[in-house]
Amino acid sequence: MTERPPATLIDKLWNAHAVTTREDGQTLLFIDRHILHEGSFHAFNQLRDRGATIARPDLTFGIADHYVPTRAASTAANPEAAGMIEQLARNARDYGFLSFGQFDPRQGIVHVAMPEQGLTLPGLSLVCGDSHTSTHGAFGAYAFGIGASEVAHVLMTQTLWQKRPKRMRVSIEGTLGAGIGAKDIALTIIATIGADGAQGHAIEYAGSAVRGLSMAGRMTLCNLSIEAGGRLGLIAPDETVYAFLKGRPFAPKGDLFERAVEDWRQLSSDADAVFDREVVLDAAGIAPTVTWGTTPEQAGPITGTIPDPNEIADENKAEAAREAIGYMGLHAGQRLNDIRIDRVFIGSCTNSRIEDLRSAAAVLAGHRSRVPGLVSAGSAAIKRQAEEEGLDRIFRDAGLEWAESGCSMCVGMNGDTVPSGERCASTTNRNFKGRQGRGSRTHLMSPAMAAAAAVTGHLTDVRSFRAE
Amino acid sequence: MQPFTSLTAPACPLPIANIDTDQLIPARFMRRPRSEGYGTFLFHDLRIDADGAKRDFPLNDPAYAKCEVLIARRNFGCGSSREAAVYALADHGIRVVIAPSFGDIFASNAVKNGLLPAQISEADAERLLAAGDMVAARPVSVDLASQTITAGNQVLSFSIDPVWKKQLLNGLDDIDLTLGEAPLIEQFTAQDRLARPWAVPAAS
Repeated sequence: MTERPPATLIDKLWNAHAVTTREDGQTLLFIDRHILHEGSFHAFNQLRDRGATIARPDLTFGIADHYVPTRAASTAANPEAAGMIEQLARNARDYGFLSFGQFDPRQGIVHVAMPEQGLTLPGLSLVCGDSHTSTHGAFGAYAFGIGASEVAHVLMTQTLWQKRPKRMRVSIEGTLGAGIGAKDIALTIIATIGADGAQGHAIEYAGSAVRGLSMAGRMTLCNLSIEAGGRLGLIAPDETVYAFLKGRPFAPKGDLFERAVEDWRQLSSDADAVFDREVVLDAAGIAPTVTWGTTPEQAGPITGTIPDPNEIADENKAEAAREAIGYMGLHAGQRLNDIRIDRVFIGSCTNSRIEDLRSAAAVLAGHRSRVPGLVSAGSAAIKRQAEEEGLDRIFRDAGLEWAESGCSMCVGMNGDTVPSGERCASTTNRNFKGRQGRGSRTHLMSPAMAAAAAVTGHLTDVRSFRAE
Repeated sequence: MQPFTSLTAPACPLPIANIDTDQLIPARFMRRPRSEGYGTFLFHDLRIDADGAKRDFPLNDPAYAKCEVLIARRNFGCGSSREAAVYALADHGIRVVIAPSFGDIFASNAVKNGLLPAQISEADAERLLAAGDMVAARPVSVDLASQTITAGNQVLSFSIDPVWKKQLLNGLDDIDLTLGEAPLIEQFTAQDRLARPWAVPAAS
């Protein structure tokens, strides 16, 4: 009997879904879950042009999130949203798949609500026409974002041709300091390896600090893989995952669940598996981290300052920093802690889960926000839970708006936007120019850091805030 | 899909790194059907200010009005998976983007729409960006079969995934090929149903 060579979890999942491999190296992967949002209409139009149908409606699930208005003001600012949401509902009816519409109690942001429903499981392949699909890797799933033509391909065949990615392991060893979480880890990784540092790679996150994360934290970490350029990010499943999944509506039940857990326990990288690239970070060295520029790689510890482009050796990076500092209305040498904000947003597929809301509420409790702000729970269920826990009162008492669930102020296409020139402390995933609305300026940070900024009116180290 | 073999056309330099898909097309423009055209949205907020006036941006220069090639710095097309970013480029008439690296999803979307993502070294990108003669009067030539870019007297080679190269040259569409694999997919599904009975969603 020949022994199999040691393999990474990435390769094991890949091999388990390979239908066939062509001579040119492209592999046809079977897709276990296909998730759709309103943006899928381009793919359905391609289907109509071909007169095609959906291969596996039973593995296809829709959800309204990108265009969903979260409050009266967003409905007014976005009168066309209703048509986009209805279009998804119509496609679900026409092609016969289940879709959670705007007022469904299971509605939410796709990368929050689908895991909540137990639709994301270890060992699955999962795709969605959204780059933050990497989120689902937190369960040990092989999950990646695709474009509209690929969405159409999956709809028609339940498969996708892919080239095997290179493997990168990012290990975070040690213990995180108090007040520091997955968002800080992810921003530190991106600042370290760059916004294209993981290009062409699938990432496996490992190490004791990663093991210690809750499901919410793991989802935040995997969510931001794409901001490092990674094709996907995943974490080997363990008891934390199984405990989260047990009893979820679409998760396996009874004996089948026990059987599944047995299989899932096999899902890890072999001890001597080889990665194309290894990155190791010391958890103790990670500080609360914020972005100061217009790409997530322009980030640093809150205790730091805006870099001086004249001191950046790489000429292109210096030029990019100069441009970003100009757009953001900042100056070289400015202390990050001194940056005043106009607005705060807590939400998005990155940071809108109940643990995120609790951590923001813990900082805000008993305080007023100095700036206006919006809190949008990641799903209708999380919103209900937060209200049961009284978190909504803390946000409202602080003067923040408590909104319905959706992509909201992260994506600037649903009526929730940051006005031009305003600076927003945001728990989202992209600080691109105009991402939160034309002319908007975004600083990415954790929910606790956004809450601390709301209370003081400027970027604030949540550790010293707590000490006060 | 539209094949790509070669072209000779004006090229527009964009000496910017990390051009994300939100710059290529802001999210608020993605509602319309593709058939209505996306070309006017390309780089919308970089080209036009909030009052509707043209900003100082290379693509606004009449010299580049007929450009079919863009030259940029690293990580072009990073960010969201929106294929509309490629629609905006293609509908504006862009057939080639030359850069040291591309967002993975963007590059895949590009190929599916007959747009060539030509990868060159950082040094070559800087060489091309610095060449002052790349205006309408001095077009560049891009040849996919030989993987070369000719700009003035410079001849540079670019890299591209061999599978993508073949697809672009032939204008091949994956779907017909995949439908031909239906028996293999069926066989996989039947075996997998036994191997992973928990993988299908439970009836809720």
